[in-house]
Amino acid sequence: MTDKPILTVENLTIDIPTGTGTLHAVRGIGFDLKPGETLGIVGESGSGKSLTSLALMGLLGRSIKTRATTMEFDGVDLLSASARAMRKLRGARMAMIFQEPMTSLNPAYTIGDQLMEAMTLHGNASKADARKRAIDLLQKVGITSAESRMTQYPHQLSGGLRQRVMIAMALMCGPDLIIADEPTTALDVTIQAQILRLLVDLQKEFGMAMILITHDLGVVARVADKVAVMYAGELVETGPTQAIFDAPSHPYTRGLLRCIPLPGKTERGTELGTIPGIVPSLVGDVSGCAFRTRCAHATPACRDAIPVHTAPGVRHSFRCISPTGFAEADDTPQSVEASV
Amino acid sequence: MLKFILKRLGLALLVALTVSFISFTLLFLSGDPAASLAGESATDQDVAAIRELYGFDRPMLVQYSSWLMDALRGDFGESYYFKLPVASLLAERLQVTMLLGLCGISFALLTAVPLGVLAAIRPNSIIDRFALFLSVAGQALPSFWFGLILIVAFSIKLQWLPASGTATWKHFIMPTVVLGYYAMPAIMRLTRGGMLEVLSSDYIRTARAKGASEGRVMFKHALRNAIIPVVSLAAVQMGFMLGGSIVVESIFALHGAGYLAWESISRNDLPTVQALILVFSMFYIVFTFLADVLNAWLDPRMRTG
Repeated sequence: MTDKPILTVENLTIDIPTGTGTLHAVRGIGFDLKPGETLGIVGESGSGKSLTSLALMGLLGRSIKTRATTMEFDGVDLLSASARAMRKLRGARMAMIFQEPMTSLNPAYTIGDQLMEAMTLHGNASKADARKRAIDLLQKVGITSAESRMTQYPHQLSGGLRQRVMIAMALMCGPDLIIADEPTTALDVTIQAQILRLLVDLQKEFGMAMILITHDLGVVARVADKVAVMYAGELVETGPTQAIFDAPSHPYTRGLLRCIPLPGKTERGTELGTIPGIVPSLVGDVSGCAFRTRCAHATPACRDAIPVHTAPGVRHSFRCISPTGFAEADDTPQSVEASV
Repeated sequence: MLKFILKRLGLALLVALTVSFISFTLLFLSGDPAASLAGESATDQDVAAIRELYGFDRPMLVQYSSWLMDALRGDFGESYYFKLPVASLLAERLQVTMLLGLCGISFALLTAVPLGVLAAIRPNSIIDRFALFLSVAGQALPSFWFGLILIVAFSIKLQWLPASGTATWKHFIMPTVVLGYYAMPAIMRLTRGGMLEVLSSDYIRTARAKGASEGRVMFKHALRNAIIPVVSLAAVQMGFMLGGSIVVESIFALHGAGYLAWESISRNDLPTVQALILVFSMFYIVFTFLADVLNAWLDPRMRTG
């Protein structure tokens, strides 16, 4: 593991024009990733985590405006790169695994065709090599009788198998970065753990950097080296996984942590928490702390610009008016003021 | 795949048999053929004689089976009006109609599918608007009016193309355009709709994430899935063109099967009408069968059907 990051994102902003105004879906987020490292991006639906990953891959629609001070993958500026240059990166050096295995494979082609395509269209492998690699990887992702699966069509496979195929497909060219967008959400609970373990094992084996997008903090705790917590298009807290779980500083992060049972922390019999309220609309001008409408500590000052604080020692930072974070005991959600 | 084809083939044969029976009996519901053959001034005796001569006095099922047996051997009887074997009459007229139908559907597909794809790639663009205009106009213009306008423009004013007849390939240009333009709007809108739907699907995103070029995404991944309903529609329209180009054949004086159908119906030429109905239905059955096979090849999920 070298110290030079393979991926650097600074001040990434994504704006989506809508009929009623511009939707500021992602606002000024930044992170970096070293080879072999895993970053967990956590947040609820609509927090902009999937948009962020699609922006990295250059897969956002033409109408969506992406800006950033830096968005660099191994020395390539992802924002100014030509469509051709991006195409060479996609699938070859940065690969993606999607949430929906049931619909992410083309129904008209065999598993083998689709696996091999990932390799042959980058022009540096013969059909025979691609076939061999595809069978190898199918075995590696735990698919039995790989050879006969090659000639099957997606509709003949279960959801868990299809997600394994998707993982194998992402690995075909031996990418340096793999982005997994909620890879286990659509699967049965019993399969989720298997797929997650598989991903982590393969990541270790191939030494890839990984971005794991999820709304499940439990998943992040198990596999991520560092965590970025997103809320309403902003990064509210980021830092090493251990630091975030030991000393969550942003009220939203703490709210998320209260929603899941943590071994050793949550006592048996106590009720799990919820975060009251809904994500605010991001259409039009957005200013101040986006979480203030749901925060127990909100004050009128939260309507102004919110500073980013860095905890001493580790690279752990959070975005809140309180420079120390608030005492955890005060997070009682009932005290949310309607006037804020 | 072979099992699927055999199954569909068996089904098609059953449909063909049913259709032949229905078309045979329907004609008997439209009046006494012996009376109309004998003419208005005929006596009851004349009608009875004709009835016996043509075998109309036999039970209907017997008449049907003997007609079907003859038809299977290619013998459709003799035309009452032309006094010629219906089979040779059909063979001659069908040549014109089939040529026209093939040209028409090819013209429709070759214009509608690319336009539909382009419109779907850039929805609400100028190309999309232009395609929409073309299809609305095509749907709204009656064929006979459009045909006459073409004749006025290209035959009378510009004198580039002959207005009627079947002598050279030039004679087929205007009929092809009129017939094809009639089928184009539906094919184009279906292609556009299908492409739009497929392009927003997850597997297209997967293809892009693999690094596939736009051309590869469009033609290898999207079009193959989007074209499936278009194949079914084109098959029905092809059947329609072969049987229903009466208007176009009349305007351009192409003496094809559509024109023959119109002549035979108005003259109560029973054997010809029966044969035409049978042949036209067979076209539909054959084209739907071919469309099913093509679709099963395109989409493996259909092969189990």
